[in-house]
Amino acid sequence: MDRIPILRMGDILLVTIQVDMQDQTALQLQDDLAGQIAKTGASGVMIDISALEIVDSFVGRMLTSISGIARILSATTVVVGMQPAVAITLVELGLSLDGVKTALNVERGMEMLRCTRLENALGR
Amino acid sequence: MAADPTGTLPLLSEQNIVASRQMVRALCQELKLSLVDQTKMITAASELSRNALIHGGGGRMRWEFVERNGRRGLQLHFEDEGRGIEDIALALTDGWTSGSGMGLGLPGSKRLVNDFEIQSVPGAGTRVSITKWK
Repeated sequence: MDRIPILRMGDILLVTIQVDMQDQTALQLQDDLAGQIAKTGASGVMIDISALEIVDSFVGRMLTSISGIARILSATTVVVGMQPAVAITLVELGLSLDGVKTALNVERGMEMLRCTRLENALGR
Repeated sequence: MAADPTGTLPLLSEQNIVASRQMVRALCQELKLSLVDQTKMITAASELSRNALIHGGGGRMRWEFVERNGRRGLQLHFEDEGRGIEDIALALTDGWTSGSGMGLGLPGSKRLVNDFEIQSVPGAGTRVSITKWK
């Protein structure tokens, strides 16, 4: 089974999914990220899915639960780089990724995490 | 990869689900489907492969190229000999699930393809056939 690497950049954890994941790999990533957030005290998680050609309900559910777990551990998750065809398919499949923050690309995702951190610091 | 015009893949492990997605991608490219249609067909195949494995206790995916009124299409059949579905109408309802899933597999895949057919005999198994036309 492949294991998706998690990179640390300051207080942000960066994950780039570049393989067609088995279900187990997706679940492992969820566990690994929860562990890394707790260990590093990261304030943000960025998941780059620009290399993913499909997102089915299993991976969609994994993205939703990572966002939820991270939020409880006081970190913000942003999913970046979704391909247009994937977005169209997800909506038709009936998956709206409720509660998952998304951004068009890594740059905007970083901006979003910076803004969220600032708002949190100001207590809003 | 030049895909065979007809064939069968086993659906007995999670790895087989990955293989079925890759096979369907190659078949869609052979048919020269648009990127959006390819993405929809591969996603539907992924959902139905997982259903056959998890709910059907394993099975297989068969594929064939079909023709109707001068149009070419790709037809996929997902078959298992599992416990079957008691109430097909209920299973096709958004959000209804027999297990831990989200209940999007069947109704969601139906929306992603042009033709969708399901036959199920409780205690004997399930077959879902989907077609995407070029």
